[in-house]
Amino acid sequence: MKKEGQVRIPSGCAISAVISRSGERMSGESIIKSMIPMHDRANGLGGGFAAYGIYPEHREQYAFHIFFNDNAVRAETERFLKEGFEMVKAEIIPTGKIPEITDEPLIWRYFLSPLPSVLASLQLDEKEFVVRTAMKINSGISGAYVFSCGKNMGAFKAVGYPEDVGRFYRLEEYGAYCWTAHGRYPTNTPGWWGGAHPFALLDYSVVHNGEISSYDANRRFIEMFGYKCTLQTDTEVITYIADYLLRRQKLTLEETASVIAAPFWDTISRKSPEEKAALSYLRNMFSSLLITGPFSIVLGFTGGLMALGDRLKLRSMVVGEKGDRVYIASEEAAIRTMEPDLDGIYSPAGGRPVIVKVKEGITV
Amino acid sequence: MTVIDAAQAGYKELNEQIRRVKDCTVESCLGQRFLGAGMTDKKITLTGTAGNAAGAYLNGAEIYIRGNAQDALGDTMNGGKIVVYGNVGDAAGYAMRGGAIYVKGNAGYRAGIHMKAYKDKVPVLVIGGKTGSFLGEYQAGGIIIVLNTGEEKEIVGNFPCTGMHGGAMLLRSDCKGIIFPENVRAAAADQEKLKPFLPYIAEFCALFGFKAEKILNSPFTLVLPDSNNPYKQMYVTN
Repeated sequence: MKKEGQVRIPSGCAISAVISRSGERMSGESIIKSMIPMHDRANGLGGGFAAYGIYPEHREQYAFHIFFNDNAVRAETERFLKEGFEMVKAEIIPTGKIPEITDEPLIWRYFLSPLPSVLASLQLDEKEFVVRTAMKINSGISGAYVFSCGKNMGAFKAVGYPEDVGRFYRLEEYGAYCWTAHGRYPTNTPGWWGGAHPFALLDYSVVHNGEISSYDANRRFIEMFGYKCTLQTDTEVITYIADYLLRRQKLTLEETASVIAAPFWDTISRKSPEEKAALSYLRNMFSSLLITGPFSIVLGFTGGLMALGDRLKLRSMVVGEKGDRVYIASEEAAIRTMEPDLDGIYSPAGGRPVIVKVKEGITV
Repeated sequence: MTVIDAAQAGYKELNEQIRRVKDCTVESCLGQRFLGAGMTDKKITLTGTAGNAAGAYLNGAEIYIRGNAQDALGDTMNGGKIVVYGNVGDAAGYAMRGGAIYVKGNAGYRAGIHMKAYKDKVPVLVIGGKTGSFLGEYQAGGIIIVLNTGEEKEIVGNFPCTGMHGGAMLLRSDCKGIIFPENVRAAAADQEKLKPFLPYIAEFCALFGFKAEKILNSPFTLVLPDSNNPYKQMYVTN
């Protein structure tokens, strides 16, 4: 079968998310159900979930989720990992055999602690080392693909409809304070397990509905900083942009939103002098990271999430609230599945980020 | 009247059931698309959340939505009436070419995008609340009325009337601070200019229990395409 990057297929996708601001753990059952009314937005070529707070017993280690083509490449990858990490635990990710999900690769997870001696000799911080390790495996070891490598979180994805993918990974058995979900309708690539959403790097994960037209401009820029776009799918580059702006450039979430969904110059010209200066600076400084074309995304990170739509709002997004929970989805119906009786529901304006964080003082 | 339970049912099955009966209520809708699409001679009530493209290609039927509607309500509607007692998503009245849509609450982005008219076919879209950006984008005909009954500070988002080249838009606001493109003329509407729109405002009030005197006791702005300054694109300068 041809993989991502070898074929171009000339969309619609579905996204859904829930977060508990009090850090309460929720099983995956509800988020799986939320994808059912949006079934027709996907075409069975990709579904996935990101879950935050699911590995509290291993919260200090990086949880690597990896697809392998066979055991030989698994052994090769494990040898490579052991050069830089203490392998605290290695196990097969539990899955259930269901007729809707077939041709699965070997799916493993590893809880890893970077070796201090290796970090010292490379003069790298932990996170940068983890990123470089994931990039090396994904671009250098054929048949192995790291699809999640954050602490106390994990991505779960496959080729199939999202509601089937959720059952396949038995997500009802996990407890997370934040879930994001995606149903895929691939527009440019054929649909392979690695190409399903979410795309995750460290604890950042992105689910995306849309098709960005700035992909190549964004890719060329981000690859200068060591990121390797191996899949040619636009969402991958959004994840790397988020990591670059938030972790490496230390921008705030709001500033990051103002880079990737920058207001029009015309809109900026009508702002106050301070805002004008700040927004102009961000547009000029990171002009190659402006994302154009239709998108609505949910970016997950430790302790929160950010929903953002393109500035022209070419994809729909709805936000609902009930008590300390916030729900985000492509369609209101998905939110009503999770919570029929909402305190409020609204559609955020294009380019305006919706940022929700677990309350301060709560350990996630 | 027939009652149809939408729980667990797909849109195809629901539309088949609706087609078989005269008037009906479809209860507990949860995002099923295309409900009532293309239908002619019946009255349909939907409860719950109607899915995308409810009443698409509607051809004379009446649809009453007792809840919110999602995106593309009344897409390419040809005739009939859609009444929404809640809010609507993006692109309500998309390419509508006849009939009327009345929404009690707010509309999302691109309400009335590419509405058109031909001879006696004049579509009408009335929004009771406020709307998102790109209201009446590429409007080619028909009537868009926004009433802002919630008295919000901003009646519309950014870039209203981008590419508008036909039809009329009436906003219940003095529109100070709203930037219209060069392809339209926006001016205060006096009693005389309001006249053609009064029947639609009266119908809105009758449907949702508002008082017409109260709504009319406010400044209105009428926006028409400027035929001396034809169609200019926003996305590409040419």
